[in-house]
Amino acid sequence: MSELTLTVMRLGFLAVLWLFVIVSIQVIRSDLFGTRVTQRTARRAEAQRPPQQRAQPQQPPQGGGRRGRGRNAPTKLVVTEGSLTGTTVALQGQTITLGRAHDSTIVLDDDYASSRHARIYPDRDGKWIVEDLGSTNGTYLDRTRLTTPTPIPLEAPIRIGKTVIELRK
Amino acid sequence: MSNLTTTTGSNTTVSSGGLPSRRNTELALLAFAVFVPVFAYANVGLALDDKLPSGMLGYGCGMLLLAGVGHLVVRRYAPYADPLLLPLATLLNGLGLVLIWRLDQSERLQQRAKAAFGAFSPDAPKQLLYSAIGLALFVAILMFLKDHRVLQRYTYISMAVGLVLLVLPMFFPARNGARIWVDLGFINLQPGEFVKIILAVFFAGYLMVKRDALALASRRFMGMYLPRGRDLGPILVIWALSLMILVFETDLGTSLLFFGLFVIMLYVATERTSWIVFGLLLSAGGATAVATFEPHVQQRVQAWLDPMDTYLKARQGIAGNSEQAMEALWAFGSGGVLGTGWGQGNSDLIGFAANSDFILATVGEELGLTGVMAVLLLYGLIVERGVRTALAARDPFGKLLAVGLSGAFGLQVFVVAGGVMGLIPLTGMTMPFLASGGSSVLANWALIGILLRISDTARRPAPAPAPSPDAEMTQVVRP
Repeated sequence: MSELTLTVMRLGFLAVLWLFVIVSIQVIRSDLFGTRVTQRTARRAEAQRPPQQRAQPQQPPQGGGRRGRGRNAPTKLVVTEGSLTGTTVALQGQTITLGRAHDSTIVLDDDYASSRHARIYPDRDGKWIVEDLGSTNGTYLDRTRLTTPTPIPLEAPIRIGKTVIELRK
Repeated sequence: MSNLTTTTGSNTTVSSGGLPSRRNTELALLAFAVFVPVFAYANVGLALDDKLPSGMLGYGCGMLLLAGVGHLVVRRYAPYADPLLLPLATLLNGLGLVLIWRLDQSERLQQRAKAAFGAFSPDAPKQLLYSAIGLALFVAILMFLKDHRVLQRYTYISMAVGLVLLVLPMFFPARNGARIWVDLGFINLQPGEFVKIILAVFFAGYLMVKRDALALASRRFMGMYLPRGRDLGPILVIWALSLMILVFETDLGTSLLFFGLFVIMLYVATERTSWIVFGLLLSAGGATAVATFEPHVQQRVQAWLDPMDTYLKARQGIAGNSEQAMEALWAFGSGGVLGTGWGQGNSDLIGFAANSDFILATVGEELGLTGVMAVLLLYGLIVERGVRTALAARDPFGKLLAVGLSGAFGLQVFVVAGGVMGLIPLTGMTMPFLASGGSSVLANWALIGILLRISDTARRPAPAPAPSPDAEMTQVVRP
């Protein structure tokens, strides 16, 4: 085998190996930049609209993959305090259960939470409702203890034991 | 990339989920991951014999079969799992197979084996068999471990099993100065490889329950949180145990891995930097103390501080010295930036353990700095995906377990690579996936299986809304 061929193959292999690394990193790019891109576009759209329009119910968003529920519909649930701080769950029309039980959507590691503490679900109009499931220490929306299923305003803190969650756009 | 746009563009098939399943991305990467080692294989054959190696089709098909089975099982049993872990593991395993096969071709190693054992048997077919068994274990984990939270039930059982496995090698004869082997007659196992998984399960279960006590009950002193005396208990017990391993099994690697894993998980569970400081102080103090009276550890430290001196002593035939550390450094040096090319290096001069503990030296010589960095990045990506999985997991046990497993994996890579490159004293551990050795391949495939299971649970969209009784419309009677 000639020297030239071997050199070409040697460099070719290194190139292929690095190509694999680069392709792998491209695949995980969605982790690094995916969320930020969507946030940025959402914020830009927000900024372009005059503020008085924002309160009104909007026409369904064009495309975007999400079933239309108006601009003010929350898209994610964020844990803002407690041991799970930073965890987000996308709101996609499913019921979210919170509690210490292992099969809860968000498993709370919190001595003050009951095993099935509360659930958050969309009603028929797509409004998100929080309901206390007969917990020992109660579920608080802002400062009030819940007695009935209550619609959740955007970014209102829901307190369960030491954990606080919010719905955000 | 193209997959990214298609999955977000036509979101109908997987729309219920937050994250698309990414299985096709995985398939494409897997094909790539099989292609790279086959290319390397052809490269070795052309460099050594001027023709394509005869076993190329066999190894290529074997790898392809393994990768295909792995992919189909993931598609069926863990459809939302991370798309990168399986291709990365496959690529590293494939590269390992090529490296071992390449060292099998070396005349020097063949003669050496004949002189030492009377016969030479190639390691590559064995390694392919171990890879197949490892993949079978991986498949079994994905099929039978439906939810990683089941492991939480076995917190204290896994502690007991882990300790037994750690202690077991003490009762078997030492090999090459370290008691890390269990000889069952028909098979030699290195239980330390499996212990890292089992102990990660124990630490995750234990720290999940105890972390509040460890994190909150502390005094502030000089900007650091000092834990209470009684909370120091567990870390001291683990420290004492790892020192005992060091003394009785003279195995620096397992001891370091075991203690490091605990400190990493303690830090992640409590978010207290003071634990890392304590851990570093304890391990440094302990290792120094042991090194003063344990001759085997002393030799390793000596070989690390002055490899050239040790090399010369070994050349003169003074017992207890090994040429390997210096030879590995020479291998890296002669590789340079771009390497000598597959099959053209002389890393087989290392002789003993060239295809297990010192396999990275072959990568360094034949692929150069560029290749070593790529390989280390591949390991780094596996760790990154593991930590990502921990971030995405929604239950504390899963978070801790994923961090523990990827931490143990990363730590092992650091200990081995650092040892071969002369950054830290050399330890008797194997490079995950690359090095020849059954236990290591099996344990690491199991580790990848558990990580895939956790990431499947973490990335799986929440279950569809339960049909509520008032959601059904009352039928209107029309005249």
